Amino acid sequence: MKIKQVSVFLENRSGRLKEVAQILGDAGINISAFTVADTSDFGVLRLIVDNPEEAFRILKEKHFSVRTTDVLLVNSSNKPGALSHLLNILSNEGIFIEYLYAFTVNDDNAVFVVRPANVDKCYSVIERYKDELNSHNK
Amino acid sequence: MIWNEKIECASRDEMAALQGTRLVKTVRRIYHNIPSYRNKMQETGLLPGDIKSVEDISRLPFTNKSDLRDNYPFGMFTVPMSEIVRIHASSGTTGKSTVVGYTRNDLQMWSEVVTRALCMAGVHKNDIVQVAYGYGLFTGGLGLHYGTENLGATVIPVSGGNTKKQIELMQDFGTSVIACTPSYALYLAEVMQEMGITPGSLNLRVGIFGAEPWTENMRREIEAKLQLSAIDIYGLSEVVGPGVSCECSHQTGMHINEDHFLPEIIDPDTLEPVKNGETGELVFSTISKEGIPILRYRTRDLTRLIYDKCECGRTLVRMEKCKGRSDDMLIIRGVNVFPSQIESVLLEMSETEPHYLLIIEREGSLDVLKLMVEVQEQFFSDEIRELEALRKKITNAIQSTLGVSAEVKLVEPKTIERTAGKAKRVIDNRKF
Repeated sequence: MKIKQVSVFLENRSGRLKEVAQILGDAGINISAFTVADTSDFGVLRLIVDNPEEAFRILKEKHFSVRTTDVLLVNSSNKPGALSHLLNILSNEGIFIEYLYAFTVNDDNAVFVVRPANVDKCYSVIERYKDELNSHNK
Repeated sequence: MIWNEKIECASRDEMAALQGTRLVKTVRRIYHNIPSYRNKMQETGLLPGDIKSVEDISRLPFTNKSDLRDNYPFGMFTVPMSEIVRIHASSGTTGKSTVVGYTRNDLQMWSEVVTRALCMAGVHKNDIVQVAYGYGLFTGGLGLHYGTENLGATVIPVSGGNTKKQIELMQDFGTSVIACTPSYALYLAEVMQEMGITPGSLNLRVGIFGAEPWTENMRREIEAKLQLSAIDIYGLSEVVGPGVSCECSHQTGMHINEDHFLPEIIDPDTLEPVKNGETGELVFSTISKEGIPILRYRTRDLTRLIYDKCECGRTLVRMEKCKGRSDDMLIIRGVNVFPSQIESVLLEMSETEPHYLLIIEREGSLDVLKLMVEVQEQFFSDEIRELEALRKKITNAIQSTLGVSAEVKLVEPKTIERTAGKAKRVIDNRKF
């Protein structure tokens, strides 16, 4: 599934992450997953939320540098070998990944958040291998 | 020793008469060769014949740095290029540099005034002068170089940088005079200490320091750390380069070589001359140059003139150490930097008004430039490697445009303080 991920530019200062969390919490926006990519001076907070448009609007209003990025959500089983299986397919198909993170839904299911260099190409690959991915999941 | 006693100790009347004759000639030269200045004169109904003596100078229009930029590169030269034997340039306010050209006579005059300056500082022909100003388009290196040769002293043309090598040469060659920026002099002292070399073991006697503002406190510090007499030299390429004025060993103001560079002090707001002895903006007219003579050039340096005779015997008018600027130019490690240059670099990358803050610190003895740039949406990429690439791109562009390196830091939007809607662009934490 292709969805909008919300990215926020953050300086490495204490309290900044809290502020974003609070703004979204107060607005009733639920965060399903997030990751922080950081350097010595700054970081990029990436969020999967239930209402990305609203999250974007509200953070922009609060003067954050924010943008949305297309990412792919790939359902997977929550068991050993699932990640390697997915990466194997993508690698064989020549898909370059900018970054990737994951969250678990419950004891059986997990979701990979994939940001490929070419979203559409990756999406079609995943569609093509849907059955195989599903069979592995079972 | 006084190099040119006849001139340097002339009476005020003699000097004014010489200046008047030269000014009249220069006005005519410029009027007939530089259309842009002729237009300015015609706008006020002024003819060359109206200028008869130094008293008339305040009737003439000013020349600004922007006039040099508008006539880039050679439009202000009053001789054909075949007569120009050397070019120098300094940084402009927005990208294009300010270009100056010298005829053979100009170079001879420049050497003479630098030689006078060296003599004022107490340098003589037995000295070994290490020139650690940059050689190249910057006037510092070559200016000091030829003045030293003209004096008959020995010049070591080492140019800037390579600090350990500089100190080795001082040891091996017995350098007695060092010429560099005052902040670099302090850096030399630091490195010497690290290398375990005491200044007492060296031959240093005199330091010729210029190209950036420095305080009396800094002078005392340099004199204590390097055990030499620290002399302030002043100059700017638009006028000639170093040697426009220089302190004598009494260190009570810089003697202006006013037979070539006629000084005035004006109020930078009203543009009217100030009363004798008052502080204002220094304005120079070059009255003997051929390549690029310039009338009433606004230096933007704030100072005052002292017409009393100096204890050294010279009657040449003195200017006090510059107290600041009437524009926003900064001098970083001897390099002129205008905030507008930074703005134009950032504009090229984003096409919208950039928000930035420039912080200048003196860390140890060296100026450090820190540039904070707000990450506006048009800059913001979701990928770290693109943000790092952006930071590197800004760093490189700043280095190549300004000629000095800056530490670039990306910050969140609206973190840079706005005062009355407009951002404060520069914080200079150095103490002058």
